[in-house]
Amino acid sequence: MTARHPLQFVPAEEFKARTRAATDDAHLRQSFRSAMDFLMAKRAAQFPDDSALQRQRETAEAIRRYSLARLPELLEQLERRLTANGVHVHWAENGDEANAIIIDIARRHSAKLMVKGKSMVSEETELNHAMEAAGIDALESDMGEYIVQLDGEKPSHIIMPAIHKTKQQIARLFAEKVPGVSYTESVDALIGIGRAVLREKFMQADIGLSGVNFAVAETGTLCLVENEGNGRMCTTVPRVHVAITGIEKVVEKLEHVPPLYGLLTRSATGQAITTYFNMISGPRKPDEQDGPEEVHLVLLDNNRSQAYADEQMRATLQCIRCGACMNHCPVYTRIGGHAYGTTYPGPIGEIISPHMMGLAATHALPTASSLCGACAEVCPVKIPIPDLLIRLRGEATHDAPAGRAPLLGQGAAKSRLMDAVWAGWAALYTRPALYRAFAWLATRFRALTPPVQSGWTASRTPLRPAPRSLREQLAERRRAHR
Amino acid sequence: MHRDIPDGPRPTDVYFFATCLVDLFCPEAGMDAITLLEREGIRVHFPESQTCCGQPAYTSGYAEQARAVARTQLDLFPQDWPVIVPSGSCAGMMRHHYPKLFAGDSVLQPRAEALAERVFELSEFLLRVLRVQWQDRGQPTTVALHTSCSARREMGTHEHARALLGQLSGVELVTQAHESECCGFGGTFSLKHPAISSAMAGDKADALKASGAETFLSADCGCMLNINHTLQKRKDAFQGKHLATFLLERTGRGEKR
Repeated sequence: MTARHPLQFVPAEEFKARTRAATDDAHLRQSFRSAMDFLMAKRAAQFPDDSALQRQRETAEAIRRYSLARLPELLEQLERRLTANGVHVHWAENGDEANAIIIDIARRHSAKLMVKGKSMVSEETELNHAMEAAGIDALESDMGEYIVQLDGEKPSHIIMPAIHKTKQQIARLFAEKVPGVSYTESVDALIGIGRAVLREKFMQADIGLSGVNFAVAETGTLCLVENEGNGRMCTTVPRVHVAITGIEKVVEKLEHVPPLYGLLTRSATGQAITTYFNMISGPRKPDEQDGPEEVHLVLLDNNRSQAYADEQMRATLQCIRCGACMNHCPVYTRIGGHAYGTTYPGPIGEIISPHMMGLAATHALPTASSLCGACAEVCPVKIPIPDLLIRLRGEATHDAPAGRAPLLGQGAAKSRLMDAVWAGWAALYTRPALYRAFAWLATRFRALTPPVQSGWTASRTPLRPAPRSLREQLAERRRAHR
Repeated sequence: MHRDIPDGPRPTDVYFFATCLVDLFCPEAGMDAITLLEREGIRVHFPESQTCCGQPAYTSGYAEQARAVARTQLDLFPQDWPVIVPSGSCAGMMRHHYPKLFAGDSVLQPRAEALAERVFELSEFLLRVLRVQWQDRGQPTTVALHTSCSARREMGTHEHARALLGQLSGVELVTQAHESECCGFGGTFSLKHPAISSAMAGDKADALKASGAETFLSADCGCMLNINHTLQKRKDAFQGKHLATFLLERTGRGEKR
């Protein structure tokens, strides 16, 4: 294994230790709590009519399911249309391949600087690290991404990358890292500082990188949703524009976009619409004054095809990356995004990361949920996240059933002890007479209940059976009435 | 979530599925639930062979063991009577997850589906099937209501319990901050991720206390034990009780109406 770059995510096997550190951090807890409360209230204000929302969710789910059902042909159609439009289409099996494609494009243009619009897929491939290794500067231009990059961090939320940082922390960071800047807590001044730096960089950059929110197969259009205008700068000012996205983002028709877009922005930030919506269908034409001379699209699999191949887990790919599931997740609210150790944190991260990274590295993530269902309730495309978490818990603790290919890291959490515990549990609860004897003993010997009960007693008094079980009390009552 | 309740004769007999937690840890809640039903003139049948709905194994990814335990429960309810469960979580398991658990089994899936149709969470049955109308007999008090997540999202218990409490003239229902948020129990989640679970339980206990309620109510023993034992560890006298216990206390324990 190669040495870990400071910007790379930490492996998920240390997940539990990080959750402990996060829950002990009162400052972090408070900052996520108030940020998530704010986002939940903003979203709720956009959906005053629940029945209307439910109809919109059904439409959005149907569009995503329809698109995924026809994914292979839609991807081929997208490639044909984009190619006809003059866009170069590249296919990448994994993150390394995607990065190599982008570095190759940069080298052909002797690029020194790449400006980046917000792209979680480029976080997934660790593109910044690869670019740095190749001697090319990659600068994040989304304000939140710029802040976390400046501090050598990773995004803690897919929509609001710097949500874990306070105004004061950002003020200190800017004063320390941006030349010629003095400490200010004024948000307007801080944004002004970032903007002044980035303006220069947009002019200097040889390549602009962006993500893609929706790729329309029928027209060969790449749709990009953003608020800061940096996405438009990245995709229009530099000579070369490279877009990168996961293979699941394709829809068939332009008319499929508005229902998804409307739910995306309302669910994510509680906005009816974003400030910018970019539709990119090719490089600058001979009679046009603006736009890049060259446009590329990198389509990344990174084991999404594993989820795709399974009827139930395919729903994972319906995701439009709004982040509502994390905003409403009581676990995410307690531990924040970094504790997960994955590109995508929160509930969606718990069901997509096991495909991308394998269950060996991620099997703890699907267990980090009380299955409360808040995520599924707000998901604009109705991904049944709790059912998928349960499914992955099963896949992590068992071999693949006969005749089915194992998942990446299948059975990584298999444990003889846990198998024995559940076998014992089933033996007890499938034998009523045995259970009655157990209940009799547990109530009679309740004084012997262990004072320390695994994780339970860390913050709770021990559980102790009642003096008499319900069935015994009922039997006593029957005798008394006889 | 809300099913259509067909107009029909009022049931005379019901089955009571107590759940494993009520049987061993909260039997008084089970007794009180049975008394509430009997007071309405219902004959309550308690199948002696009942154990557990199977949810702990199901949510832990041990579907085979969950199926084995659920399979045993399928045989317990031969008459076409409603099955009343004093827990939204276990009722949700039997109503929504049993059919999935036996999906593809030509014999057991139809049986699981038929049983699922007859499963009611206690407050749903009292309100929507028996259409109880109660007189409050207690002193004025304030309560907060915490319904489990599956009770809320799978059984609509928060609305049913709220409507029942609304019949009690002396009871003021106050709303705690982050009312709909999970208390952090989550079955085996509380054992697997004690740090996160404790943080959630602690926040829930804080919010319920800060609501100013004299007590809090829950229709699920899992949540109630989680929050009560958290408060006990803090040596806090503030404690919650099962909704059935509270309803019985307010409307006259042991009296025929």
